[in-house]
Amino acid sequence: MTLATELDPARRVGAEPVLTMRGISKGFGAVQALTDVDFDVYPGEVVALVGDNGAGKSTLIKILAGVHPQDAGQITFDDRIVSITSPAASRELGIATVFQDLALCDNLDVVSNLFLGREIGSAALDEVEMESRAWDLLRQLSAKIPSVRIPVASLSGGQRQTVAIARSLIGDPTVVILDEPTAALGVVQTAEVLNLVERLRERGLGVLLISHNLADVQAVADRVVVLRLGRNNGNFNMSDVSYEDIIAAITGATDSAGLLHPTASTFDAADTEGDTE
Amino acid sequence: MSKTQVAASGSVSDLQPDAFGPPRGIGGSLRAFFSRIRSGDLGSLPVIIGLVIIWTVFQVLSPNFLSANNLVNLALQCAAGGIIAIGVVLVLLLGQIDLSVGSISGLSAAILAIGLTKLGWSLPVAILIALAAGAVVGLFYAFLFVRFGIPSFIITLAGLLGFLGLQLAVLGPTGSVNIPPDSPIIAFTQLWFLPPVTSYVLAALVVAAYLFVHLRAARRRALAGLSSASLGESVLRAAALLVLLVAVVYALNNDRGVPASFLLFIALVVVMNYALTRTKWGRSVFAVGGSVDAARRSGIRVTRVYVTVFVLCSLFAALGGLLAAGRVTTASTSTGAGDVPLNAIAAAVIGGTSLFGGRGSAYSALLGIVVLQSISSGLTLLSLDSPVRYMITGAVLLLAVIIDSLSRRSRASHGRA
Repeated sequence: MTLATELDPARRVGAEPVLTMRGISKGFGAVQALTDVDFDVYPGEVVALVGDNGAGKSTLIKILAGVHPQDAGQITFDDRIVSITSPAASRELGIATVFQDLALCDNLDVVSNLFLGREIGSAALDEVEMESRAWDLLRQLSAKIPSVRIPVASLSGGQRQTVAIARSLIGDPTVVILDEPTAALGVVQTAEVLNLVERLRERGLGVLLISHNLADVQAVADRVVVLRLGRNNGNFNMSDVSYEDIIAAITGATDSAGLLHPTASTFDAADTEGDTE
Repeated sequence: MSKTQVAASGSVSDLQPDAFGPPRGIGGSLRAFFSRIRSGDLGSLPVIIGLVIIWTVFQVLSPNFLSANNLVNLALQCAAGGIIAIGVVLVLLLGQIDLSVGSISGLSAAILAIGLTKLGWSLPVAILIALAAGAVVGLFYAFLFVRFGIPSFIITLAGLLGFLGLQLAVLGPTGSVNIPPDSPIIAFTQLWFLPPVTSYVLAALVVAAYLFVHLRAARRRALAGLSSASLGESVLRAAALLVLLVAVVYALNNDRGVPASFLLFIALVVVMNYALTRTKWGRSVFAVGGSVDAARRSGIRVTRVYVTVFVLCSLFAALGGLLAAGRVTTASTSTGAGDVPLNAIAAAVIGGTSLFGGRGSAYSALLGIVVLQSISSGLTLLSLDSPVRYMITGAVLLLAVIIDSLSRRSRASHGRA
């Protein structure tokens, strides 16, 4: 595990995507959650996945996390066609997922949580090594954790999120999926977590950010992919899209799937029916 | 805080200019200790205070209480129940319970006695088979728990009845089988004491080992650039341990000496404490007790943790049953019956292991059983027997659980739940 991943310009935006999804479909009984969805993650890029409730965001990341496989479509990771059948398979590929509930053990301290299930040491735990690495990692992320030897229960929401994200880096992933990392956080803590997301990008990781908060998305994402009713409904570069354009794509005010530069925004009243905003 | 700043200020790398920062030196350790207490992380403090009060009260009421003779008796009485309590600590750490430890200990005692008398087994064979029976019971519980998801409370309640029945069946119609009086297990639980010199040497070795481990850990931490205990602090801790051990050994040596069975109990506590705090297995036990879901998603094999813990708990119960039978030279229907299982559970909780899982220590078995046996012994000296003893033990247990709940609430309000 080399935590000191240097900034590698070749891994920045413009290179080949590290992760490609093509024609992904997934249904649960009568409900078609995803239909023919395309999705890319580039190294050194923060791509935000947005959409209204029920748009299929969670289904998409659960496919990537190995929670359930897709019904149709192809996933390419590092130029290889892969099938992600289990959470372990997802981890082994180099995809780290931080779910919204963080999955931390409140009674254990920060070091124990960071290395949970991946402890260092053969017969006895090597606490010194783990604590050193924990500090290295947290310092690289400029994380503000008061002590790594206190139970995570005594940390703030932002600090807990930080620990969960730092833990995802222990396995040296290439893609990190963050599910609503700023939900339920205060203003300062949100800023801390967004800083952390930028640290991940600087390390050359592909970051997939799922968020309901468009202000956060605009603050940190390079690219935003919009899902609507289980289909692609927009793929914008953050630099040349307005807040209104994203909202329009989310709500279906424009049905402009796959457009990098939305041109026509024809309001279609029929399309907004059944939206639950 | 950047690395250069750390280097410039000359401090170690994990110390941050923050009120939460790790403690430095003896004063810092004390401050950290009091801050933990205030936030409701009481650890074994209540039980130690309770023990001091109990011993003071009984010594005042009955001058014989802290006599060497009574302390040796106390140590002899602690061994069996204490070993059972170690197993209970393990299941409690997972947030589970084993109500059947009494029946399992009774069953293993019955197997031992019948094996030695009717079946002509040698002692080692009889002990192994009795312990194996305990392990099988634990395996059965784990299977039911993991496969069907039945609450351990119900599984072990059924086990309590079922294995009590098996114990009675094994004992046969007489309901009581004497262990051959020349059997070493009787000598081990009643007559074997460490020679005084050996006990002092052992105490000295333990302290030396403690100091060595502590200093080595401190040096490794210092080399890694982490904050470490100062030399003074390490020596002070070792000296405190030395005083404690020598005091105990001295008191016991004034009478018969340190009982072998008590020494076995202490050794098992130390070994289990090591396993719980220093191994991957122990870490996974605490993780499962804290959050099963988080543990599973971190790749911990949760099933394996449940199986090992249920098996160990039943194994300790079986071993405790053997010692209990040896002490009274007989296995009968009353072995492991009555208050034995509840005492073991009470000891674990009184010693500071949380009923809610994820919090506790192997040492709580030791502290808890000493408290319970002190109460029992003190009341016997005062000629107050079972009725009062049960009521007082019940009250102490209630107090321990109230403290556990209150400290949990306090932890929650201090954000340390």
